[in-house]
Amino acid sequence: MTKAQGHIELAGVVKSYDGLTKAVDGINLEIPDGSYCCFLGPSGCGKTTILRMIAGHEDPTEGEILIGGENVVGLPPVERRTAMMFQSYALFPHLSVRDNIAFSLRVRGVPKAERLKTADAMIEKVRLEELRDRMPNQLSGGQQQRVALARAAITQPRVLLLDEPLSALDEQLRVQMRTELRRMQQELGITFIHVTHTQQEAIALADMVIVMEKGQIRQAGPPRDVYSFPRDRYVAEFLGGQNVISGRVEGQSDGIVALRPPEQKAIRVPCAPEGAPERGTQADVAIRRDDIALLKPSETIDSSLVTLPGRVRALEYQGSFVKVMLDPIGDDDFIVYVPERKFFETPFQIGDLALAAWDVGYGRLLA
Amino acid sequence: MAQTFPERASSASAQTPRVVRGKALAPSKGKRPWTFYALATLFTAYLIALYGPMFCIYVLSFQDVRGDLVFPVRGFPSLYWFGQLFSQAHTGDIKGAFDRSIKLAIVVTILTVVISFLAGLAFRRRFRGDTTIFMMMIGSLVAPGLVLGIGVGLLFNALGLETHWYSSALGAQLSWTLPFGVLVMFAALSLFDHAWEEASRDLGASRWQTVRLVMIPVLAPGLVAVALFGFTLSYDEFARTLQTAGPLNTLPLEIWSMTLNITSPSLYALGTVTTVVSFIIIVASLYAIASMQKRRARREASH
Repeated sequence: MTKAQGHIELAGVVKSYDGLTKAVDGINLEIPDGSYCCFLGPSGCGKTTILRMIAGHEDPTEGEILIGGENVVGLPPVERRTAMMFQSYALFPHLSVRDNIAFSLRVRGVPKAERLKTADAMIEKVRLEELRDRMPNQLSGGQQQRVALARAAITQPRVLLLDEPLSALDEQLRVQMRTELRRMQQELGITFIHVTHTQQEAIALADMVIVMEKGQIRQAGPPRDVYSFPRDRYVAEFLGGQNVISGRVEGQSDGIVALRPPEQKAIRVPCAPEGAPERGTQADVAIRRDDIALLKPSETIDSSLVTLPGRVRALEYQGSFVKVMLDPIGDDDFIVYVPERKFFETPFQIGDLALAAWDVGYGRLLA
Repeated sequence: MAQTFPERASSASAQTPRVVRGKALAPSKGKRPWTFYALATLFTAYLIALYGPMFCIYVLSFQDVRGDLVFPVRGFPSLYWFGQLFSQAHTGDIKGAFDRSIKLAIVVTILTVVISFLAGLAFRRRFRGDTTIFMMMIGSLVAPGLVLGIGVGLLFNALGLETHWYSSALGAQLSWTLPFGVLVMFAALSLFDHAWEEASRDLGASRWQTVRLVMIPVLAPGLVAVALFGFTLSYDEFARTLQTAGPLNTLPLEIWSMTLNITSPSLYALGTVTTVVSFIIIVASLYAIASMQKRRARREASH
């Protein structure tokens, strides 16, 4: 079966630098053609190594890497038709913007007039006309990124690999360049693989987010799945926006598990009948911080709600919502995001007793 | 309102001028602190110690026929002793020695640049015996030159080879210029981003294209510095060359032997000439770098 050009498949990929520890430990993954895919994880989790192996700057110790259905292990980057955008952009400091962009044509022996024409077309595409004769050190971070993008895109790759492309920029520019990356990806219609340690960047950009830890994939899927339905505690905590509570399983009935956090009464969590944890074991539950309502202790409570009492320890005004920190449950922080208007209808002060309440269905049992 | 502010500011400074002036660390228009004069004196003394001796020689070389090796200056200015220098009647083989020194310096420069560049690349990664090689290199830098030169001479003797300026002296000089060159290369390469090489490879360049189109141009200032070091260190090398030059002298050796036989200001004239040559070389290379950059800028602008 022939695969589309930018379709990537990693099969049992292992990378070990010293033969003892594995930087990348058995990755199996399929990335569809033309998708924007983000590898997300803390530094040292192996995400950059995977990127470099796809790019052809490292060889896997074991396993196969297939691009467009053919094994590319051992091939140089040009033959893979991949292009990489480096973390600090790695623009050649002795060449102008135009010569940087035309570099790949120059080494391929394209005649000067022709390569400059092609480069100029690309310069127009990334809107760098006024800067074409500048040297890289005369450019801002955002301009450098556009040059790097143009330099990579001119090779007509089927896969573009981006190594922490936004980390060198300041906050405001980062958001702006994020939009530009996405626009470029849609314009070029090729597969983008983007490595980052910022969850916001990943979920804002990607069609597919791959959360990694210690050389392994913890969860892969569309950003909404990964954010709203984390599979385990690690993913939930890394993506944020969730309260993760640990507790002891006290029993189950009708697809509802009773879980007792330390020094609290049991809370109800839905679960699939076949996946129910055994009585007496420890289990984790995740509840989105914005799914929780904060009630006064005197309010009457609907029986479909799950509640946990707590004292308000700190408040942070965030603009569109207020971040309310309650007493931790065991070792776990417990935070509620209350919409700004709602909070100020019945405001809480630090030290007030409050009842955190959520619909039973919002709780999610983690693996 | 707009008028009151400057008034207030000036009245405030009028009230406390003495305190401010006496304690200010920043330069002020008033009296300079005594430390300024102390340091200025020290600096002047330093300049005299550095350039005074050379200046004496330059002045004394421009005397006429009545001139002597010591002050006072007689018949200044005249080029008489420069004429004597090239008449070869009283002096040695200046022209031949100059010729040899320049040729030797050029060969040393080329070898130093090429080997230092390659060694710099090799030392970017650890390899077996890298520390040993580095230590040996530093060793040849700190070894007394005269002893090293005698050693090279003895070795050639033991092997039954004749010493020549283009063989044994070349080797002895390289033992001096290479460590310098490699250390300069280390400094230049520490600023070289490995990602540039990877980017080049990523864009389809072969290894040789990466060296030619990325590494050499980016490292060019460092390479010129290595070349300058190589040339000047070789051109006035004495200690290591003394026992290794063989039958024909290099310029520094020739000058030295002249000081033993000649007692005329033509010696000083020679000093002036060699200094001028050194200056020309340095200025020429600086000019070359500048015009290289200018041409690059122009080429980019004309695109």
